[in-house]
Amino acid sequence: MKTMTFAGAIEDVLMKAMSEDSRIVVFGEDVHAIRMNLYAKFGEMRVRTTPISESAFLGAAVTAAMAGLRPVVELYMVDFVAVAADALVNHAAKLEAFSGGRWKAPMVVRMGCGGGDGDGGQHEQSLWGWLGQIPGMKVVVPSNPADAGGLMLSALEDEGPVIFLEHKLLADYWIDYLADGGRTNLDYDIPEAGIRGQVPRAWEPIPIGEAKTLREGEDLTMVTVGVSVHRCLEAAEQLGNAGIRAGVIDLRSISPLDTDAVCTAVAKTGRLLAVDEDYRHFGLSGELAAVVLEAGIPAKFARVCVEDTIPFDRRREAQALPNVPRIVEAATMLVAA
Amino acid sequence: MMPNAEALYRQMYKSRCFEEAVTQLWNDGHISAEMHLNKGEEAIVAGVLDHVTDGDALALEHRGTAPMVMRGVDLAALIKEFMGLEDGLCRGMGGHMHLFSQEHLAASSGIVGAAGPAACGFAFAAQHLRPDKVAVAFFGEGAMNQGMLLESINLAGAWSLPVIFVCKDNGMAITTRSADVTAGDLCMRAEGLGAHAVSVDGTDVDAVWHAARDAFLRAREGNGPTFLHATCVRPEGHFLGDPLLRIVRKPVHELKSKVAPLMKAATTRGSSLSERAASLGSIVGMLGRAQKIQKQAASDPVDRQRQRLSISDVERDELELAVDDEVQRAVADAMSSLEARS
Repeated sequence: MKTMTFAGAIEDVLMKAMSEDSRIVVFGEDVHAIRMNLYAKFGEMRVRTTPISESAFLGAAVTAAMAGLRPVVELYMVDFVAVAADALVNHAAKLEAFSGGRWKAPMVVRMGCGGGDGDGGQHEQSLWGWLGQIPGMKVVVPSNPADAGGLMLSALEDEGPVIFLEHKLLADYWIDYLADGGRTNLDYDIPEAGIRGQVPRAWEPIPIGEAKTLREGEDLTMVTVGVSVHRCLEAAEQLGNAGIRAGVIDLRSISPLDTDAVCTAVAKTGRLLAVDEDYRHFGLSGELAAVVLEAGIPAKFARVCVEDTIPFDRRREAQALPNVPRIVEAATMLVAA
Repeated sequence: MMPNAEALYRQMYKSRCFEEAVTQLWNDGHISAEMHLNKGEEAIVAGVLDHVTDGDALALEHRGTAPMVMRGVDLAALIKEFMGLEDGLCRGMGGHMHLFSQEHLAASSGIVGAAGPAACGFAFAAQHLRPDKVAVAFFGEGAMNQGMLLESINLAGAWSLPVIFVCKDNGMAITTRSADVTAGDLCMRAEGLGAHAVSVDGTDVDAVWHAARDAFLRAREGNGPTFLHATCVRPEGHFLGDPLLRIVRKPVHELKSKVAPLMKAATTRGSSLSERAASLGSIVGMLGRAQKIQKQAASDPVDRQRQRLSISDVERDELELAVDDEVQRAVADAMSSLEARS
C-alpha cells in the first residue's frame, strides 16, 4: 500500500490509463491549467481546453465516444450540468436503449460537487439524485482516495456514460482554487481520511454499483455517500459511546444502487437512516426507503438531507448540510421510536 | 446630451474604493470562497449605468458589485451580503454572485451567460408594462461562447426587444485565453444574430458613455437590441486569488509543490517529445500573459478619468474624501454587525 491524496489518486489512474490507451482524451474548461500535469504529458490534442460552452462540448463528447474515442469531459461543478443537461439526459443516456443495445458511448463526465466551502447555493449542490434518476447513465461518488482511483478506473473501462463526482472538500485543488485563493485564514470541515489515504500498489477497478460496509451495527444502518460517509462514521462513534450500535454503508455508486447491501443490513437492524447531502425530496434518500419497502423488509426510516437552497452564509450553510449533531440526533430518535 | 465627467468619475472612484475595501475584507477571511471584482471595468459600468433610469432593468453576472454600487444600492447592505450576514442585501443567503434588488429590477446569476436570457425577459416585461424602458445585460467575452447568450441575442433581435448586451472583453475566459477558444469576430457574430453592434475602448468612460447613449436611444425608440463590445484589463484576473496571478506574484511559494510533478509528467512517456515541449511552452506563455496583465493595469480607467477632470485639485480631493468616508462608514457598519452576531 502507498499513500495518495484524493486528487492525486484520480490523476495517477488517468496518467496510466492515458499512457496505455490513446483513445482517452480529456477536455473541458481550463483543463490546461487545472490538469496541467496531464496537459504537459499528453499535449494539446489529448488535453484540450474548451470554450465556456457546456452544451456544445458535452454534446460533442457523446458523439466523440460513439465514434471511437473515450472522452473524459470536465465541467467545473455539477451545478453547471443544468446548462448542458440535454447532452446527458436525452443523448448519452438514451443511445444504448435507442440503438437496441448496439451502440454505446463510453465517456466519463468529471465534475466537482458538494458544499462546505462557502460558495453559495449555485456552486455547492450535489444533484446526484437528479442524475441517478435517468436510466442509461451510471453515477459514482467516491469518499476516499482508494475508491476515487478504483472507481475512475472502472469509469474509464465502462462502455457507457459514467458521471464521476468529486466532492470539493475531498479533492484538495477545489478548495485551493475556488475557496482559499491563496488565503490560509479560513477553516473547512475536511475529513482527513477522505482527502488522503492508502491506495493499492497496483490499481484495480472497483465495480460500479458495489457499496462498502464500513462499520457493522446491530441497532441501525446508516446509508450514505461522499463526504457524509465521514460525518456518519464520526456520528457512529459518538452513538457507540451512548450505547447505540450504528452501522455505516458507503454506497460509492448512486446508480446503479447496491440494493442488496442496503436490504441485507437493514433486514438485520430494522432501522434505516439515510444521510444524503443531496436534496431531501424526490431523490436518493426516498429511493433507499422505497428499495427497502419493495423488498418487504419491515423497517423504521429517517433521513438527514439538505432541505432547501444552501445558504451562502457559512453558519447557516453548516446547518443545512448533513452534520454530525444532526445525524446523531436523527439516529437517537430513530432508535428510541 | 453630454457626459458629466465629474459624476462619472465619482461613480468609478466609488466602485474602486468599495472594491478595495472588499479586497481587504476578503484577505482578512471575512468573505468566503470566490470574489469576482469589477476592478478595471469601472468605465464600462459607469458609462452604461449613467443612462439607466428607474424602470430599466439590470441582468447581472457573477461580477455584479460595480453595477449595484453605481445603481445606488446601500453599500453596507452589499458588504454584509458578501459577509453572509442576516442584515445583508439578500439576508446573507445569496452572496456576491447572487445579488438581487427588486426595487432596481436588478438580478444576478453565477451561471456564465445567464444574463442574456434574463435581460430578454426583463425587456419583454418592459414592452408590456413599462414602455420606453430597457434591460441591460452585463457579461464577459467568455460568455459569448455560451449557447443561451447567443440564443438571447437572436431572441432580442427577432422580437425587437429593448436590450443592451454589454460585453466586457478582457481577453480571458477564466484562465483560458479567449482567442484560443473563440472563432470569428464577436461584433460580427452579434450582427449576424440581428443586433446592432459597436465596439469601444472600455477604459475610456467617455467612449462607453457615447456608445451607450446611442444604444439606449435605439432601444427606447423600439429599434431593438445593441451589442456593446468594450475592451478592458482586469488586474485581479478572474477572481481574487486567481491561480495564474498567484503564481506570477509569488512564484516560489506557489510553484514549489507544482514544478516536480509537472516536470515528471513532461519528461516521461506520453505524447511525442515535440507535443510535450509545446505544452510546456504554452504553460510558460500562459504565465507570461498573466504577468503582462499586471503591467497593462497602467491603462487604469479610474486614473484616466481622474486626469480629465476640470475641477480643482481641492474639489477633487473633497469628492474623493467624501467617497472614502462613505465606504469606510459602510465597512464599519458591517463590522459592527459581524461583531454583534458573534
